[in-house]
Formats: sequence, C-alpha cells, structure tokens
Amino acid sequence: MTAFSIDRSELDSLFQALKKRGYEVVGPTLQDQAIVYDYIESSAELPVGMSDEQEAGSYRLKKRSDGALFAYAVGPHAWKKFLHPSHQRLWTVKKQKGDLQFISEKPNSIRYAFIGVRACDIAAMQVQDKVFLSGTEKNYFYKELRENTFIVGVNCSHAVSTCFCTSMQTGPKLLSGFDLSLTELIENERHIFLLKCGSKKGEEVLQELSYDQAKPAEQEAAQKLIENTSQQINKNLDVSNIQELFYQNYEHSHWEDVAERCLSCANCTMVCPTCFCTTVEDVSDLSGDHSERWQKWDSCFSLDFSYTHGTGPRRSSIKSRYRQWLTHKLATWIDQFGSSGCVGCGRCITWCPVGIDLTQEVAALRGIQK
Amino acid sequence: MNHLMPHPAEIIEKRQENENTYTFRLRFCEEEVQRHYRFLPGQFNMLYAFGVGEVPITLVSDPMDTEFLDHTIRIVGNVTQALARLHVGDKLGLRGPFGSAWPLDKAQGHDVLVLTGGLGCAPSMGAIRYIMRHRSSYGKLAILHGVKAPSDLIYQKKFLEWGKIPNTEVFLSADQADRTWKHKVGLVTHLLDQVNFDAGRVLVMMCGPEIMMRFAVKECLVKGIQADAIYLALERNMKCALGFCGHCQLGPQFICKDGPVLCYDKIKNIFDIKEV
Repeated sequence: MTAFSIDRSELDSLFQALKKRGYEVVGPTLQDQAIVYDYIESSAELPVGMSDEQEAGSYRLKKRSDGALFAYAVGPHAWKKFLHPSHQRLWTVKKQKGDLQFISEKPNSIRYAFIGVRACDIAAMQVQDKVFLSGTEKNYFYKELRENTFIVGVNCSHAVSTCFCTSMQTGPKLLSGFDLSLTELIENERHIFLLKCGSKKGEEVLQELSYDQAKPAEQEAAQKLIENTSQQINKNLDVSNIQELFYQNYEHSHWEDVAERCLSCANCTMVCPTCFCTTVEDVSDLSGDHSERWQKWDSCFSLDFSYTHGTGPRRSSIKSRYRQWLTHKLATWIDQFGSSGCVGCGRCITWCPVGIDLTQEVAALRGIQK
Repeated sequence: MNHLMPHPAEIIEKRQENENTYTFRLRFCEEEVQRHYRFLPGQFNMLYAFGVGEVPITLVSDPMDTEFLDHTIRIVGNVTQALARLHVGDKLGLRGPFGSAWPLDKAQGHDVLVLTGGLGCAPSMGAIRYIMRHRSSYGKLAILHGVKAPSDLIYQKKFLEWGKIPNTEVFLSADQADRTWKHKVGLVTHLLDQVNFDAGRVLVMMCGPEIMMRFAVKECLVKGIQADAIYLALERNMKCALGFCGHCQLGPQFICKDGPVLCYDKIKNIFDIKEV
C-alpha cells in the first residue's frame, strides 16, 4: 500500500469531499465529558487536544498541549449505534375492515462516513458482518447501511490500561476493512497525517485532496508510533484453548464469585461493539387500527431475555447470565460465526460500574482450574 | 426482503382442544404466498396477534396438505390470549417456516419411538402424520404420551385411531387420574418399560417439558439407545426466528435455526446443566 501525507488542514477538505459524495460525516466529539460519535461538520468539532485515561470502572479525559485530534482510546459509543441502531422500526400494520396490511420499513439509505475508526472497531464491524450477513438470511436493515458506509480508519497513537487488542489480534494497527487509513504525526511544529487507501472509493476521495508522497522518515515515524502504542498495551487475555476452557467450566465455582460483584446492569452489552441482541416492542395508537413493530437493543443480562411461559426466566441467577454473556462472547461465538465475539476494545471493563475485568475472570477460570 | 414482516392469514377453523388450548387452521390471504409455502414436520411459524406481539408455534398439520396450516396454541401469555380471542374469518400475521425438522429421512427403516409430554405432543404431530403416510418405510411406531391430568389430553381421537394401525402402539398416561381415565397412571417415562424395542434400531423423537425430557433421555440411554438416535424439540424465548435477536441460545445452538429439533448428541454436555 502506497503511503501519502496530508497536512492537518486537509482533513477539512476530506470532510468536504465526503459530503460532496453524499456522505453524512460522523466522528468523535466531546460531549458530557466523554468522547462519543456524532455528526460533525469540520475538524474543529473533533476532540482537539484531548486524551483519556481509562481503568476498570473509570473513564477520565485529559488535556494535551499538542492539539492532537485522535490521541485517545475508544469511548463509550460503538459504531453499532449507526449500523445496528438501538431503535429500529421494522414494519407497520394497518387494520381495515378486518383485513391486515403489513408495510415493511425500508432500510435506511443514509450513507455514513465514519471518521477515526480504530482497528478494534473495524474488527467489531467484521464480527457483526458475520452475525448479520454470513447466514442464509441476511439482516435486511444492517446490510444496506453497512455496504454504504465509508470508513476512515485511524491507527492508535495512545492506548489505555483497558486495551487488549493485541491479545485478540485486532490492533492497534489497521490492516483491512477501511477505505482510507490515517496515522497522526505531530513533530517539530508539523501536524500531518500519513494516509493509505484501502479501496477504490478511498482512492477516488484521495484525488480531491492536496497530498504528497510520504517520505521514508514519515513512514518510519508512523511505524514507530504504532509499535509504541502496541507496547503501551499491558492487558492480556489468554485465548489458547478458550472454547475448551469454557465448555469444561460451566459449573466452576468462580461464576459464583463474579455473580457476587456483577450488578447485571447490562452496561457491558450496551458498550460492546459486537453485542447484537435485540427485542421487539409493538406500539399501537388509540385508533386501534394501526400498529408498529420496533426493534430495540436488548441484553442477555435482563431477566426477560430468556423468559418462557411456564418455566419463567431460563437464566434467573446473575451467575447464569454473566456465564452466558462471557461464554457466548469468547467461546460459543466461535462455534456460531467462526471468530471470537471479543475484539479487545476494553469498553466492557471501563464501563462496568463495579470494574469487572473479563480478562481477569478468564485468568481466574484458568488459575483455579490448574 | 424483510423476513421479520408477517403476511396476513385468515382463520379458517378454530377448534377448542381443552379448557385453554385451541387449534387454528390458517391460510395465507395472498394466494401466491400460500401456493409457495412448504414446511417440514417439526418446523414452526411466528404467529402475530394485531397490536400485541408474536409467538413461535409449531405446525401440527400434515406437511403434504398445502391448503391449510394448523397450529395448536395454549393460552399462557398476552399473545396467546389475544390469539385465542380471534374467531373464524379473523386475520392474524404469519411468517415462516423456521427451524429444523424431525429426522424423518434418517428414521426410515428404523423403529420410531415418539415420547411426548403435555402440549409437547403438538410438535410431534407432523412427524406422526408423515410416518402414517409412509407407513411401510418405517418399522414399529410407538407413541408414548403423558399428561398431568386427563383434561390435559388433546388429540384423543387421533391417538386412539393410530393405536389401531398395524405395527403401531399408543400408550397414554396421566400423572394423576380420575375414574374416567382408561389409560395408564404415572409418569410418561415409566411407559418406556411397556414398549418392546430393539435399542439398536430405534430412533427417539421427544418433546415436552425439559424436566421430563431430562429423565426420559436418561431412561433411553439406560435402555441402550445411543445419544445420536435421540432427538428433542426444544423451546426458548424467540423474537426474530432468524438467529439475529440472540434470545433463543442454548450453548452454541440457536434454537430458532439450529433447532427446535436437535440431536441429543449435540447438546448432551450442557442439557443437564442448570440455567444454560
């Protein structure tokens, strides 16, 4: 892949080029003391000069003096909020003279351009692609959104203590799944981006920017930056024989131990970029001849999730619900879709109100087992 | 295609089976949809009650009958209650078929033991009807069905009819019975002792409460039936029936698409574990 370089100011040209092509530009923004994804007009709306510190159960922003635009790790939002929205109308039904007429909701034709997608989050999209698009039935609503999305990835220049993409082999370096990739370089008063194209669409957009061939020194600096990020990552999840580990430990006493701490709040499933579970809700009006079916994010941590009449919730204990979540994420997911459901983004660790760290739970399962 | 959207269907016939159980004969309102609809015994449809919601219900009719689709429903929650209030000529939503079928090809040339409990007899109906149509392709057929109380027994006429067919045995049992009950008394698993079969050439099709199936599977294994010759139809919470909503998982299995009929061999490591 040829590397190019663009000046920081060219980022706005990139946004304009994308908008001209009909894309809605979405990127990281600063809101409510967190970095979250939202529609943006210009690079000034990015979290300029912001960084973050994350630990189990803790997220804090920190200012930097260098004006960096992408020098932080992933926040509480995952891109699934756009591609697999938390609320989606599926269809509408009208009742007329006793007859029912069902009207399908059309897939959203919005074309998103995601700015600053991290390697772990691209891996997460590829995981959801397998969930929604690899079977005989394709997810009608996800398919079009996903196919229409333009991805501007960014190589991570900063890792936090909850990151473990290196264990899941998803990052921090972008390898595939992007249209354009950026590496942010700030050296000697120079603020540039190293840019690579990952698709034809990406090459076309590049032609509208003012760019140079990247110099060897710049490429070297970018390489170093990513290696440096890699070295910042201390957290480790041992995935060797992970399926056997879980299948042999359904009745391990450690599940009780986690259950003592877990609040079953479902935060981990909401922030997880791969968790895909949904429920449905029927919404009627007072006329009595019109009803809508809505799909909403759901969580295996809720009691209703496994409810069947006659038996009640199949998983009534927190122990069983945590076990289901983690076993699915790390083991049964592999049986179902051929890859792990975890990409090592660390969100579930940061946003757990009691700081449960799945990597430690896995270690405990291994430790006591030996 | 939006596979989450139902098609309108009309109630052609509504039969009350017992106090809280009804069989609905349905037909898609759109001719085109009805004509192309095919299902296999054991598969299910999602039935939608206007403004209330959807429930997964197994087809109980003969799969060769392409005119009508029968579903037996017990009133247990909001949706089934709303469905039970509907009358002949009313419309509901229907989509399907979904899920796996009973192993009727694999069972050819074998004896078949159908073991059901309560409303679990409904999902086995399609398989029994299929075997009856192709009776000579199968060996001995034993139908073992248990209910809690005599009033829970549905399809009584069918059971008695089948019992008269050569090489076919029907055993009915109630956990608690009154004087009107002419059949066995006790748990359905005890009926296994009443049947003579060659454990090496029998295929078991089982459906009922999971607690019943756990014991029944154990009995079958004790009698020498192999784990890969035992098939169970399972029930889980389902919203989409396409493997997208995540609700119906049992270990790696999605009950909506890998099931509802599963070979015991596939789930033997987790079937006895609580709350999987």
